[in-house]
Amino acid sequence: MTELAKQTTATKTTELATLRPLVTIIEEESGFTLTAELPGVPKENVKVQVENHILTLEGEILLQIPEQMESTHAEVSTAKYKRAFTLSRELDSSKIEASQSDGVLTLHIPKAEHAQPRKIEVQVG
Amino acid sequence: MYSTLFNFSDDLFNELENLQRHWVGRNILSNIRPVARGSFPAINLGSTPNSVEVYAFVPGVDAKSLDIQIDKNLLTLQGERVLELPKEDSKLTVYAQERFSGKFKRVITLPDDVDVSKVSATYKEGVLHISIQRREEAQAKRIEIQ
Repeated sequence: MTELAKQTTATKTTELATLRPLVTIIEEESGFTLTAELPGVPKENVKVQVENHILTLEGEILLQIPEQMESTHAEVSTAKYKRAFTLSRELDSSKIEASQSDGVLTLHIPKAEHAQPRKIEVQVG
Repeated sequence: MYSTLFNFSDDLFNELENLQRHWVGRNILSNIRPVARGSFPAINLGSTPNSVEVYAFVPGVDAKSLDIQIDKNLLTLQGERVLELPKEDSKLTVYAQERFSGKFKRVITLPDDVDVSKVSATYKEGVLHISIQRREEAQAKRIEIQ
C-alpha cells in the first residue's frame, strides 16, 4: 500500500508546478514564528533549509491511495509543496527549531543575541 | 493591513493554476454545488470499482471536532478551526495570516451506488480520508460461462 502510494505521488510530482503552503508569520522580540500548512506530508518528507539567507520549505504529499483508484476531482492537483522566504541578517538560522503536528509545520527562528532590541535613551544635553 | 496584497497574489496563483490546467488539458466539470477556488478545506475525490475515496485537506484540527454526515448520496463535512493569534502590540507583529480560521462546511455529491453503512474515516497528517464502499449489486461482476 505504502509503496503504491509513493509511486502515485512520484508520477504526479513531475506533472505540475508546486503548491504554495499557506502561512502565518509572527514577529516577537525574541524572533519569528512561522506556521505553514503541509497537509498530507509525513514528517520524513518535510525539508527545511537555509542557504544564503533564504529559507526554503518543501514537502511531498503521501496519501493512502487504494489500488485501481482513479482521480475524479482534484483541488490539490500536485503532490509537492514549496515556498521560500528571505531572512533578514539579524536572524540566527543555525538555531531554527521545527516541529510538526497534524499537517502543520511550526518554525521558530530566533534573532541573534546582539540583534535583540535595546531601548536607546535620549540624552538631553 | 497587507490583506489586499495577499489576496491579489492568491488570485494570481489561482489564475496561473487555471492556465496550467488549460495547458495540461484537464477538464473539470462544474458542479451544481460550486465552491470558490481556495475554499477550506480543499477536497480530492477518487473512485475505485468498489469504493469512493474522499480526501479533505484539513490541517491542524482536532479530529474529534470534525462532523461527517451522509444523507442519501450527500456527504457533509463540517467543523471549526480556531487559530489563536496573539494580540498585536508594540512587541509583536503579525506579518501574514493566510491560514483559514473559523467554521467551515463542505457538501459533496457522491455517486448513487454508495453504501452509507460501509464508511470508514481516518485523520492523518492533516488529511481526513473517508472511504465509502459501493453497494455490492452495483459492482461489476464477471460472469463465468458454463
